[in-house]
Amino acid sequence: MRGRPMSARGSAHRLLPPLVLVLVLVGAWEAYVELGGVDSFVLPAPHEVAVSLWQNAGFLAQNLKPTAEEVVLGIALALLVGFGLAVAIHLSPPLRRAIYPLAVGSQAIPIAVIAVLLIFWWGFGILPKLAVITLICFFPVLVTTVDGLASVDPDELKLLRTLDASRWQAFRFAELPAAIPAAISGARIALTVAVIGAYIAESQTATTGAYAGLGHEIDADLTALQTSRAYAAAFVLFLFAIACFYTLALVERRLAPWAYRSRGEVR
Amino acid sequence: MHTQLEPGQISSAQSPGTAKRQTTADRAADSPPDPQAGLPADHSAVSVTDVSRAYPDPRDPRGAPVQALAGVTLAAGARELLAVVGPSGCGKTTLLELICGLQAPDEGRLECVPAVLMPQRDLLLPWLDALDNAALARARARAGTLFSELGLAGFEHARPYELSGGMRQRVAFVRTLLSGKRLLCLDEPFGALDAITRAEMHTWLAHALAAEPRTVVLVTHDVEEAVVLADRVAVLSPRPGRVVAELAIDLPRPRSRTDTRVVALRERALRALAGGEVA
Repeated sequence: MRGRPMSARGSAHRLLPPLVLVLVLVGAWEAYVELGGVDSFVLPAPHEVAVSLWQNAGFLAQNLKPTAEEVVLGIALALLVGFGLAVAIHLSPPLRRAIYPLAVGSQAIPIAVIAVLLIFWWGFGILPKLAVITLICFFPVLVTTVDGLASVDPDELKLLRTLDASRWQAFRFAELPAAIPAAISGARIALTVAVIGAYIAESQTATTGAYAGLGHEIDADLTALQTSRAYAAAFVLFLFAIACFYTLALVERRLAPWAYRSRGEVR
Repeated sequence: MHTQLEPGQISSAQSPGTAKRQTTADRAADSPPDPQAGLPADHSAVSVTDVSRAYPDPRDPRGAPVQALAGVTLAAGARELLAVVGPSGCGKTTLLELICGLQAPDEGRLECVPAVLMPQRDLLLPWLDALDNAALARARARAGTLFSELGLAGFEHARPYELSGGMRQRVAFVRTLLSGKRLLCLDEPFGALDAITRAEMHTWLAHALAAEPRTVVLVTHDVEEAVVLADRVAVLSPRPGRVVAELAIDLPRPRSRTDTRVVALRERALRALAGGEVA
């Protein structure tokens, strides 16, 4: 049954499709590089990436730390900002008219330019990177949360009125819980762009010392023609994004078990 | 005009004794138990006089408005169960929303004590357990007492999805009771249930109302349900709705669906629904 712990055989069945797909893709890549005679400076074969990953494990882990910090804090900030703005927009039509167009417009700003300007302004610390990630990540959270808050059945609100519930109680009992899974869905969408945001922000900080983050490192490696290590770093980011995505799914399961139940399984 | 009367106050034409009782009723409004203390049985808890209501046609907002109710007059006395039956779309739900103060009538007079709505769908919140759904913002202690009185003991912490349709309606009904209001507006509460569960719910509702007396306006399209449960049945015409017949059901309870008197009254109500003469 859904919702119960999976048996060993059940989880093997669930893991099989993604494993097969990854093996097929990696196999095709390896074959293409070997048979096509592609230069490994341009496209390293998977086994070269794996070797580089093994040899540079410590170095990559050190570089993952600042990037992970930026992404996790950035998503947390984006959730806070996006949720707060969504509640303001939901509760006040004047605020909706004031905030929504600006929020949409903020997404059209070329983020690489903003990143450079913020670094001029705030220096090479974590602050401008967080600002960049929050700026691009609050928007999906805002949109999904506004929809979540508005998704409450109008009949439910009528009922609450005849039960003499105050506006606050209607919000607290009906609207707020409906918005929680929506906000987390927004964060899951935001997560993928958060990693891109971290890369953009880090690639502008080329003058700082060691362990400036995976984004910075990928940039430096590509310039130095250390292509296989850049691919290894990208692979680490790939695993990190997947881990974050499923962590958010688990958070949703804890905070909003009713939403998890109605969907059946972690997506 | 919608006049939401203070608890205990019935209409401008009151007997002098009412003012004294009002204080008891006011206290009762603060603490939900003893719902109809001080409400004399000969006074109406809800009185609808010549009420009309039209709303814009959702399919043609600029066209002629849809007349939902046209000159409806009906009343229910304290602790009376008035059933309103009518064909679909005859404005039954509009009538209940008017009584609950969710809409205002275009014409006519509407006087009633504070009323609470029990909608057709249970609308239980999936993030709350049964007890919290019933209590919502109110005291859980009283909700717990009602749960054990009304056969819901053991289901306090069940989530809505774990409950059957009948159980969900019971929780929704307890939520309605806990509002502390003396007038309950039930909008086809058992419409979505299967026949066996519905019959069980009729018995259960009669028991619940015996334990917790309230004035009830029950809207239904099920004539049999109306005759089995109600003290009086008002039959509405097709849209625009108006009362075409009123039947008093002076039968002892519990009533059986197969009782010949129940069957005879059901036939009379059905004939009135079909537009025939009420014998």
